[in-house]
Amino acid sequence: MATIFIDQRSYDVPDGMNLLDASLTLGFNLPYFCWHPALGSVGACRQCAVKQFRDEKDMRGRLVMACMTAAAPNTRISIDDPDAREFRKSVGEWLMVHHPHDCPVCDEGGECHLQDMEVMDQQTYRRYRGLKRTFRNQDLGPFVNHEMNRCIQCYRCVRFYRDYAGGRDFDAFFLRDRVFFGRQSDGVLESPFSGNLVEVCPTGVFTDKTLKLHFTRKWDERTAPSICVHCAAGCNTIAGERYGLLRRIRNRFNGEVNGYFLCDRGRYGYEFVNGPRRVRAPRIAGRADAAAPSDAVARAASPLAGGSGAIGIGSPRASLEANFALRALVGPDRFCSGMGAAEHRLVSEVLRLLQEGPAPAASLHDAAQADAVLVLGEDVTNTAPMLALALRQSVRQQPMKAAAALRIPAWDDTAVRNALQDERGPLYIATVAATPLDDVAAATMHAAPDDLARIGCAIAHALDQAAPSPRGALAADAALVGRIAGALRAAERPLVVAGVSLASQAVLDAAARVAHALHAAGRPVRIALVVPECNSLGAAMLGGCDLDDATALLWPGSPLIVLENDLPRRCGADRAARLFERAGELVVVDHTLTPTAERATIVLPAATFAEGDGTYVNGEGRAQRAFQVFVAGGDVQESWRWLRDLMRASGRGGAAAAWETLDDVTGALARELPAFAAVRDVAPPATFRIAGTRIAREPARYSGRTARDANVTVHEPEPPGDPDSALSFTMEGFQAQPPPAQPPSALIPRFWAPGWNSVQSVNYYQTVVGGPLRGGDPGLRLIEPAAPGAPAAAGRAPSAFEPDDRDWLCVPMYEIFGSEELSALAPSVAALAPRAYVALNDGDLHRAGLREGGDAVVASADGTCRLQVRRVASLPPGVAGIGVGLQGAPWMRLPDRARIHPAERDR
Amino acid sequence: MPVIEMEQVLIPHVREPNSFTLDFYLAHGGYAALKTALGRTPDEIIEMVKASGLRGRGGAGFPTGMKWQFVDKKIEPRYIVCNADESEPGTFKDHLLMERNPHLLVEGCAIGCYAIGARTAYIYIRGEFHHVQRHLERAIEEAYAAGYLGRDILGSGFDCDVFVHRGAGAYEAGEETALLESLEGKRAQPRNKPPVPAVAGLYGKPSAVNNVETLCNVPIVVSRGVEWYTSIGPEKNGGPKLYCVSGHVKRPGVYEATMNITLRELVEGRAGGVRDGRTLKAVIPGGSSVPILLPDQLDTQASFDGVQRAGSLLGSAAIVVLDDTTCMVWLAENLLHFYRHESCGKCTPCREGTDWLHKILARIERGEGQMSDLDLLASISRNVGGKTLCAFGDAAITPVVTTLKHFRDEYEAHVREGRCTRPAPWRARHLVGAH
Ligand SMILES: Cc1cc2nc3c(=O)[nH]c(=O)nc-3n(C[C@H](O)[C@H](O)[C@H](O)COP(=O)(O)O)c2cc1C
Ligand code: SF4
Ligand code: SF4
Ligand code: SF4
Ligand code: FES
Repeated sequence: MATIFIDQRSYDVPDGMNLLDASLTLGFNLPYFCWHPALGSVGACRQCAVKQFRDEKDMRGRLVMACMTAAAPNTRISIDDPDAREFRKSVGEWLMVHHPHDCPVCDEGGECHLQDMEVMDQQTYRRYRGLKRTFRNQDLGPFVNHEMNRCIQCYRCVRFYRDYAGGRDFDAFFLRDRVFFGRQSDGVLESPFSGNLVEVCPTGVFTDKTLKLHFTRKWDERTAPSICVHCAAGCNTIAGERYGLLRRIRNRFNGEVNGYFLCDRGRYGYEFVNGPRRVRAPRIAGRADAAAPSDAVARAASPLAGGSGAIGIGSPRASLEANFALRALVGPDRFCSGMGAAEHRLVSEVLRLLQEGPAPAASLHDAAQADAVLVLGEDVTNTAPMLALALRQSVRQQPMKAAAALRIPAWDDTAVRNALQDERGPLYIATVAATPLDDVAAATMHAAPDDLARIGCAIAHALDQAAPSPRGALAADAALVGRIAGALRAAERPLVVAGVSLASQAVLDAAARVAHALHAAGRPVRIALVVPECNSLGAAMLGGCDLDDATALLWPGSPLIVLENDLPRRCGADRAARLFERAGELVVVDHTLTPTAERATIVLPAATFAEGDGTYVNGEGRAQRAFQVFVAGGDVQESWRWLRDLMRASGRGGAAAAWETLDDVTGALARELPAFAAVRDVAPPATFRIAGTRIAREPARYSGRTARDANVTVHEPEPPGDPDSALSFTMEGFQAQPPPAQPPSALIPRFWAPGWNSVQSVNYYQTVVGGPLRGGDPGLRLIEPAAPGAPAAAGRAPSAFEPDDRDWLCVPMYEIFGSEELSALAPSVAALAPRAYVALNDGDLHRAGLREGGDAVVASADGTCRLQVRRVASLPPGVAGIGVGLQGAPWMRLPDRARIHPAERDR
Repeated sequence: MPVIEMEQVLIPHVREPNSFTLDFYLAHGGYAALKTALGRTPDEIIEMVKASGLRGRGGAGFPTGMKWQFVDKKIEPRYIVCNADESEPGTFKDHLLMERNPHLLVEGCAIGCYAIGARTAYIYIRGEFHHVQRHLERAIEEAYAAGYLGRDILGSGFDCDVFVHRGAGAYEAGEETALLESLEGKRAQPRNKPPVPAVAGLYGKPSAVNNVETLCNVPIVVSRGVEWYTSIGPEKNGGPKLYCVSGHVKRPGVYEATMNITLRELVEGRAGGVRDGRTLKAVIPGGSSVPILLPDQLDTQASFDGVQRAGSLLGSAAIVVLDDTTCMVWLAENLLHFYRHESCGKCTPCREGTDWLHKILARIERGEGQMSDLDLLASISRNVGGKTLCAFGDAAITPVVTTLKHFRDEYEAHVREGRCTRPAPWRARHLVGAH
């Protein structure tokens, strides 16, 4: 700590913190542009000038940039000094010289950092009389809109895109007042993190292109804290609605999880909520019109009433509450996790590894802090995108020590990057084929899954002789294995990353062995195990059987209840069809008309994450609550309420039939399953009040409230009540505005502070700017490894993969855009999703007589399918990659052996 | 005015047809200094350069020996980076050295490397100097072939490589940290200091950035000795100096002199004075970035300290002479046209301020200005000066501030009469407005 003086008053701030960070943390309104808590300082915009004095006697002082000056004991500055004010004001004036002043037609208006800073600078009149410079804008694809004339040349975009996220197709061009930020030519931004430009850019240069289709000002949006449902990273989001339409997704800061950023799947996948495939009223097969809810429930409940053997198929993409309600309805023995056999086994294995240890799960924050990383088998950019962004930061950890030795503060971004140059810490990636993260890896290895497992075992063996050593030749050279083991052992915060995407138990075992060996060596190792979906781990924690078992359990003619799940995606159309045929009544509770819902005899319209509350357990084992944003029209209600209604109508479920509120459900869950004991504390209960009131979902400036429904009725409709949370649906209630008070972290519906309308207002909600939210980052970890940790896996390393001259080993490959079910329904995401494909390396393409871009027939035990041919040079010989979950891709058991030959047309 | 003759050491033979060849250079004592230097310890060389008082010839006049001493000797590798960007308007001395006496620079680079324990020197040469690059590269090839560069130079065990890197022609690439960025293949935008290049310079490693003329002085210090070097010039302003005299003089050119010389001797003596029938109006003594001196200040000693005492800076010793046909508003507009075009665009005051200043000056010069524009010029300049990321901002506002200070009446006349009051046929350049 250092005592510093700001305008004659003393404050204690962390020694070495930059003065901008310190001033903002202390709550001063000091304007800035180029600095960003996650990107550091570059001293470019000159907006944060303050006057610094040598000592008490120095009356003249000199202007310094607060963001470039470290706080030291007895630092004396003035923010209020007239020279500093005048200079800051002139920066505001300069930035408006060429800015088009088009706020009324700018999507950023009302949440624009530039607007806020101009007001803070008290820069009102302009003296500039010349012409304004203009640029030609670019079409950057479906996610990000480009309007360069608004640019204030703060360089944040290029620093995020290139330096932070590793993108290559975006840059700053030219010089003087014509510096241009964009691509060399029009085209889709290649980085899967491009959407962050929207929040990183302080003005309206980069805005959300999907929001444009149904634009609403920030102050007109009803918002609630939410959780991304498009992968297991569980990033925190703010979802905003108006007129019953989900308008957009923004980042919600969580220091332990996603920090300031989101991936593009998470930011743009939301459009499925507004999509044409939504179910908004109950459907009964054979009836043309929508059914009344009571009819649908009565009909669905009648076969349940007899106590016959109804089977409930849950879902890794549904909330804990929904799954638990299903479990209560059908009974624990007849509840299925909704996962196919292989996935269920592997996800359960991940759960076991996290519960038994010895390595605790790494949060995304831990991953970014790791100083040596081994990635085994996982293409994280495509399976857990934000983990890839975190790992990209991890490679800076070790070189940072060199910068520290030169006494360069970590926030001094230009100096750090200059001192570090291309130095990168040890990140080793062993995957089936090249991944987008490879460019920052110290070394990469590409091999078949079993060979990856062998590499893992060899590393474990190098760390701990007790671990079995693979026999025979390895797909990586021994020196490299030694280097990896050495780097992990020497690290202060080693991390092992693996997952279930390859559907390989051997890979998972091998990763666990490496973690175990590091733990045995006394190293504080963490492990990040990627599971497929937003609540995969939660579903596994609830127990239940897999889909194969459920099929076996289902008596012909018995009812089958499917919760938010599309079974052909899990087990193939044929098997699903057999299951459906076997079932009597097929009741589907879902928000989207999936092929499964199309087959149903009864469909009950469920709420999406935006229309109901729910708790999700991410891959780290962190339970997080997504809150309802708005009341969906029609008969839509939360899945757990439909299931509760079925309990009531069928007389089943016992006490659960009496559930009225979400807190009843989570309370029952916590009582019944000890693993979920903490789930009630994930967020304050519905009875929580702050300053005696609920927290308002609508901002104080929400407009048109009385006129909004005037075309229907001139009476102001009664606002809907919310029995499930402490949020109100209107602007009545606590308007979050620190300081001094702010809602509990889990209940922050949006960030706003007086004078700070932009996303930067999050500064005021943090203990220190860039640090955790006051009161702790939201979410609760449900899983910590039991001490002293389980023994290492028994058994030997798998034997080496042998390519076959007739068959290929088909392994799954993933696409950030297209592989996940719900986001692929969003038009913007779908526009970037590839066609279903099979990928081979050059030699194998030749061997199979295939041509890149042509069609191939892939014949496996599950049947044949026709796929587009893709060339992936890094695939090992004898291994074919099959794009998973893509439009037009039939389900195929993976990994599996298959014949591959050209389709007729291409022969 | 009598022309004072003095011994030339930097450019003694530049008019000889073969002055740039190795044979010629060796015949005139070339590479003897390198031999001498390799017989001493690196620290001795640094001490020698310090004792000589050699000051950087790139603009700031910072003592070269101190700069070398600051280079962090604990970190490997280290680099000598020669700043051959020479883009300051009015400056053309490094060009001459590199074209006509390139081995002197090569020898300077090698001694510099030896002194700071570097094995590599990069000569970063201005984008437009492609013809100079050929000369330099030829000289480097010759030096390699003769064993003055490469492995185990002159049997001393010292290795040294010299590379020429040509920039893309940006003025800002001459600022030392922007130069380093450009050399690394990035945009020529400056870094914040600290850390200084001596701690984290090229590729993040300790580096000394030295001007061409500075490095050319090093072999002279070594071969002639400290005593001689300090004796030829005023205290703390020793050694030979090149002056680039341009503008309204009869004999523009590069002149070598000691810093005892006065501006009058340079302008009226060496350069032959202003054109017949004209009178001197002002002198810019150190390149376009420094304040103007008036005719009554012509007896100022043309040394770093002398010019500074007179209220300006010696800078790159580019002496631009202006006679009474010069319109000072035009002068400022002309220079701001350059600066606003060359601003790297990194920091706000310079990026936006230079363009705005230029637009105002252009409209005043066109006769479309208002009296309030004069205060606006002053106000913008005040907020740019001293507040930019690099020294470019200070350089850019100087023409405005200095002309406003000394020739405000000309600005006022432009506004009052709605036209340029001193049109002259020699500056019929079309006025460029906003673009
Ligand atoms: C805008 C700007 C342009 C510069 N251009 C040059 C240049 O062209 N050549 C040069 O030697 N120094 C130039 N300098 C000075 C260098 O930054 C640096 O001080 C010099 O290269 C140091 O060498 P010296 O100590 O030998 O003078 C420039 C400085 C600034 C701020
Ligand atoms: S586009 Fe936005 S982020 Fe990029 S430099 Fe311009 S204002 Fe800054
Ligand atoms: S990483 Fe996963 S959870 Fe995070 S934003 Fe992307 S899809 Fe959503
Ligand atoms: S003052 Fe700023 S904009 Fe101008 S050249 Fe230096 S860094 Fe670039
Ligand atoms: S925020 Fe400090 S200079 Fe930009």
